[in-house]
Amino acid sequence: MDFLNALVALTNFVVIPALAYGSQLALGALGVTLIYGILRFSNFSHGDVMAFGTMWVILTTWLLQAAGIGFGVLPTALLALPVGIVATILYMLAADKFVFSFYRRQRVKPVVLVMVSIGVMFITNGIVRLIIGPGRQSFDDGGRFIFSVREFREWSGLAEGLALRTTQFLTMVIALAVMIALFWFLNRTRTGKSMRAFSDNEDLALLSGINPDRVVRVTWVLTATLATIAGVLYGLDKGFQPFTYFQLLLPIFASAIVGGLGNPLGAIAGGYIIAFAEMTITYAWRRVLGHILPEEWLPDGLIQVLSVDYKFAVSFALLVLVLIFRPTGVFRGKSV
Amino acid sequence: MSVNWRNIGLYAAFFAALAMVGMFQSWPLALTILNMGLISAIMALGVNMQWGYAGLFNVGVMGFTAIGGLAVVIVSMPPVTEAWSAGLFGTLLGLMIGAATIFAAIIVWKRMEPGRLRVAALVGTLLVGFILNRYFFVPAVDAIESINPATTGYLGGLGLPVLLSWPVGGVLAAGAAWIVGKVALGLRSDYLAIATLGISEIIIAILKNEGWLSRGVRNVTNLPRPVATPVEMREHQWVLTLAEQLGLQATTMSSILVQGSYALLFAAVLAVLIWLSEKALNSPWGRMMRAIRDNETAARAMGKDVTRRHLNIFILGSAVCGLAGAMMVTLDGQLNPGTYEPLRFTFLIWVMVIVGGSGNNWGAVLGGMVVWFLWVQVEPAGRWLIDMLTSGLGPDSDLRAHLMANAAHTRLLTMGIALLLMLRFRPHGLIPER
Repeated sequence: MDFLNALVALTNFVVIPALAYGSQLALGALGVTLIYGILRFSNFSHGDVMAFGTMWVILTTWLLQAAGIGFGVLPTALLALPVGIVATILYMLAADKFVFSFYRRQRVKPVVLVMVSIGVMFITNGIVRLIIGPGRQSFDDGGRFIFSVREFREWSGLAEGLALRTTQFLTMVIALAVMIALFWFLNRTRTGKSMRAFSDNEDLALLSGINPDRVVRVTWVLTATLATIAGVLYGLDKGFQPFTYFQLLLPIFASAIVGGLGNPLGAIAGGYIIAFAEMTITYAWRRVLGHILPEEWLPDGLIQVLSVDYKFAVSFALLVLVLIFRPTGVFRGKSV
Repeated sequence: MSVNWRNIGLYAAFFAALAMVGMFQSWPLALTILNMGLISAIMALGVNMQWGYAGLFNVGVMGFTAIGGLAVVIVSMPPVTEAWSAGLFGTLLGLMIGAATIFAAIIVWKRMEPGRLRVAALVGTLLVGFILNRYFFVPAVDAIESINPATTGYLGGLGLPVLLSWPVGGVLAAGAAWIVGKVALGLRSDYLAIATLGISEIIIAILKNEGWLSRGVRNVTNLPRPVATPVEMREHQWVLTLAEQLGLQATTMSSILVQGSYALLFAAVLAVLIWLSEKALNSPWGRMMRAIRDNETAARAMGKDVTRRHLNIFILGSAVCGLAGAMMVTLDGQLNPGTYEPLRFTFLIWVMVIVGGSGNNWGAVLGGMVVWFLWVQVEPAGRWLIDMLTSGLGPDSDLRAHLMANAAHTRLLTMGIALLLMLRFRPHGLIPER
């Protein structure tokens, strides 16, 4: 029985949050890895693009809520999601046309493109803060829980509770659907195949008549879509704040690199690896261990390896370990 | 070397703009901009060493400046003797155990044969080290933090003159850079960027959370000052007489004098650094650095130890950033880890280097001052612009009020546009590399 309690506590405090957070990171890392695979640079503006898309979704949500339109138990933001995606796609295509394409034609070194993406990051960040402000916005509505701690306790009769919030559940389901759709697109459709070919060997792809402009456009569209979805899911789960989104850059990059830059499967795996590592290392294990270990074995304190404020250190440590021992990532990405 | 009138003109234009601020806004404001401009110029010099000379993409500037700021606290604050007797030994022992653990882990990894045994030994070393570290460290830290938490609750500093903290800040930042460089240099440029971004966030997290070190988010205020405060200034009769003669208020006069003395101090440091950087850049060492930057493979083929040279310059550049960070905290008179934000302390410095001209020390310095000037002055300009644009909405429009409240963020937008325009149309910056 105690073991069950420990398991429930573990699921409630570590597994479910980490799965949700991992899904959000994975979607973010997919965007980064796609840009890296096709355009061959690390896009520093990704976090702010996520914030940009989320901002439009929030604004549309407010509009819908003001008009009295809801989505039942689901958050209204899901209805607003297409607006955000379209806005972000238009924004990224404009950014490519006016900013990135010039450097692509010049065939500059990747590091210059990174610099350019920092410029885009500044602009995007400025736009977001100008329109919605730097403050924290919370925009989830609808039913809060699939099942709550109380309901679970009554159902199971255990001492520990387990709750599944709607946003967490939605995050996992939507992320899974998006990943399946993305892999179907990359593996089954003609455009997707041409993208993979372009990523594998640019010259060969060009020789076989693949239109590079089209591939690049599709990549931006996919990235914008992924970024908006990731941003909205993160915002629903943990609240929206421009600065937090900027800071997501580090765990997202860590996910993409740990999985192997340029490899979509790696990005997904990386997202979950980073999320689980972050959660397990910053979780106070006393509660779980209290159920398993006898009282006298239990050490003092919270049994927490690092305080939650050091979650960056976890992403960073994993990143460094991977870079030292397996520079191409777990799933063998590119090492240009 | 011929006199370059164009560059002199650019500098003259900057100082003319500063003089305009002095005349139309206020002289203390102009001097405040100049002071932070000088500090920014030093940071830009540091980044320019890494990027301009050697092509290293360091986006962890914030971390190194914060370490410099920490040095001011450690060097100049009076020691909290009770805390020293309560926890200094335990804290230091804990830290040493931590360092020894990592060192031992590296030795284990390097010396032992690959295999299961090595992994087991590594994990064992780390685990034992971690438990020992917690055993000594945590109680010591708790003891320190429980001593007068409202006013101290930390170890305090060494009580030495504050100016000494500037070089110490440089040295501490250099030490951190050595660790980062050992780990991340030799990797691809993007990886170095992401690794440095990570380390800077971690450094800020440490400053925010390790209360025993520098009170964390409770901030250390009232740091000793190298020059008198305006209030002390006003006690002198000559200040009052001078104010009267110039027709200024005593408060304005005293803050001009204080800011002016800071400006002289900073300008002196900047002058020394520029002189050193110019010497270094034009020496065989500087030529070697640029050769490595322009063609790493060729330089390697010529027998240059590229990774080692990169480590050198990474440490040097970071030390300069640390020095500037210490100067900045001295100017502010407080260490406030909550205010360190990567956009302001890392990426803005990058805008300075790119706008000024990477690879050229004078360019980086000019970029530092000009971009800082813009950063400060764009805010009122943005407010004015939004005021103009939304004036049709009427005085009680919510949208107008909302936009006005966020007007300060036009500066981010402006910096992005400035960076992109420079990269596109003048990639070599205002003062290009010779």
